[in-house]
Amino acid sequence: MWDIVKLIFPYAIAYTVPILVTSLGGLYSERSGVVNIGLEGLMVFGMFAGAYIVFLLQTVAPGLSIWLGLLVGMLGGGLFALLHAFASITLNANQVISGTAINMIAGALTLYIARTLTGSGNIQVIRGLPRVDIPILSKIPILGPLLFSSTYASTWVVLGILLLSWFILYKTAFGLRLRACGEHPYAAASAGINVYRMRYIAVVISGMLAGLGGVIILVTYSGEFNGSVAGLGFLALAALIFGQWKPLGILGATFFFGFMTTMANISQVIPELSIIPPVVLKVFPYVMTLIALVIFSKSSQAPKAAGQPFDLGKK
Amino acid sequence: MNKKNSVLVRSLLATGLGLVAGAIMMLFIGANPFEGYFYLVKGAFMSVERTFNVVGTGTALVLTGLSVAFAFKTGLFNIGAAGQMLIGGLCASTVGLLVPLPRIALLPTMFIAAALGGGLWGAVPGVLKAKFNVHEVVATIMMNWIAYWIAFYYIPTFIKAEFMTTESALLPAKASLKIPWLTELTNGSYINLGIIIAIAMVILIKFILDKTTLGYELKAVGYNRDAAQYAGIKVNKNIILSMVIAGALAGLAGFVYYCGYSQNMQIGKLPSLGFDGIAVALLGASSPWGVLAAAMFFGLLHSAKGFMNAITGIPPQISDTIIAIIIYFTATSLFIERLIKKVIARRKEKAKDAKGGED
Repeated sequence: MWDIVKLIFPYAIAYTVPILVTSLGGLYSERSGVVNIGLEGLMVFGMFAGAYIVFLLQTVAPGLSIWLGLLVGMLGGGLFALLHAFASITLNANQVISGTAINMIAGALTLYIARTLTGSGNIQVIRGLPRVDIPILSKIPILGPLLFSSTYASTWVVLGILLLSWFILYKTAFGLRLRACGEHPYAAASAGINVYRMRYIAVVISGMLAGLGGVIILVTYSGEFNGSVAGLGFLALAALIFGQWKPLGILGATFFFGFMTTMANISQVIPELSIIPPVVLKVFPYVMTLIALVIFSKSSQAPKAAGQPFDLGKK
Repeated sequence: MNKKNSVLVRSLLATGLGLVAGAIMMLFIGANPFEGYFYLVKGAFMSVERTFNVVGTGTALVLTGLSVAFAFKTGLFNIGAAGQMLIGGLCASTVGLLVPLPRIALLPTMFIAAALGGGLWGAVPGVLKAKFNVHEVVATIMMNWIAYWIAFYYIPTFIKAEFMTTESALLPAKASLKIPWLTELTNGSYINLGIIIAIAMVILIKFILDKTTLGYELKAVGYNRDAAQYAGIKVNKNIILSMVIAGALAGLAGFVYYCGYSQNMQIGKLPSLGFDGIAVALLGASSPWGVLAAAMFFGLLHSAKGFMNAITGIPPQISDTIIAIIIYFTATSLFIERLIKKVIARRKEKAKDAKGGED
């Protein structure tokens, strides 16, 4: 059993990290009052931007190209999120429709550009991030092999973002203002907060983090861009809800979902795992999220103003 | 401008902007947009086969569009048409492959199975919304992915093809919506019995919405939930019913797509037609005949993209991009329309001023 756990853990973590960072992106957006079901599309777009940079530079500067790819993917996701921000904040458009459009545009547009640039819809990455053992820490019994062996550097970056996000949202004036915009935007506005600006910042951050999540998939376990992230953006959305719009809740939810999915993915290789049919493991996150929504329907922690357009002229 | 006109203007505006964006994208890769659109239209209508392919490709879109539009009327946003369609297709295909019935009984059974499966998939978010106030957008998204994974494991286990584990077995001719003489008459086009189902549903939904108490109640709930409740309309019942009907329509889309357009199902794909249905409903302004027209337009974009690609080298994804951009513009069209009205009003004022100056 221990051997299996030890084997699964690095995979589960690698799978969890992109979902975690994307879900954190969704956290910023929804906490500011903008529903973002476009996370999937933002991931795809970031992944594409990153993949293209890696593709261009990987023969010239293999190590550097990966990190540049992560950076550019982040910027690409942030830029693309401006489309959603413009529609839902400036134009008061329906945020769900805009988010759906983001998902569809990303899937189609990136393939369109990729086919023009590389001839095929796919972009290959020759060598991704290396897995490394953390010196000393990886020698700790139990925890060492689970958490500190064969890890990706990106995992630690994302954990840093998690801590930073918690700090920003709960310990800084900026975070307080951002949350106020998602709960009582008109009260926030009357206290002198520029709700439009806060929401723009939040949506762009959500795009940057989702974009980063997309590139992390590329440079860790996938190695190829093909115009899709196979629903991980929606899994991130589910984790955001299941984690009740809180950073630590999201960490728990994404890891839980990531672990389940990893078990399902490798259950064909390891017969001990096939006691539970993989379909049960795969649908589990979504069913759990529905159940959580029912249980918390009376006491939901969802931002009160999420999804509602803010229009100072109307009040 | 009256309301009907203004809706039409908004749809045309969004379409126009989408086509302009498509033209810019063609320019961006160094292609000639006039040529691109010329071959898109030519690819749609240059032969009998291709003309009917437009209809065949648009058929399932009529039903997913109708599904989204119907839920809209009750104030509900069904973005779960993709999942409902997948389950409908799964039910119909299972019946078609495994139940030994003659064609005359088999097709109606498949029809019912698809409607029931889709209806069930719509009922869950409906009940969650009515009883627990769970937002239907989130619930339908979750149901989409539950359907995706069920299909992923169901197809290889129960209805797999002989040599491929990633797709279902081909339907026998008696379980297919294709009509041999019609296929032959149209030189092998995709058109099939599904279009009859789609048009029948357009008429039925139009009738339900305009001529029945049920339709009246559903619309009342959509306009103002509290007022409807106050007037004695059972709001919860109507919410559930609306989602069941929307789900059943999307389930039928699965029937006509997987058993008519294609003859089997593949795993690992959430049908994009479910999301295109949102565009169809928005562009058709949620009216059944509008949905039919919008679906045929998208059918054109989809069915001719291969031909355009072969001639001009413009990637076929241009069609999907145009559709996606049209959705984006329909979401924002209210604002754009306001902007245009403002500009017109300002021009009129200026013209007036100029006149006033002459006097």
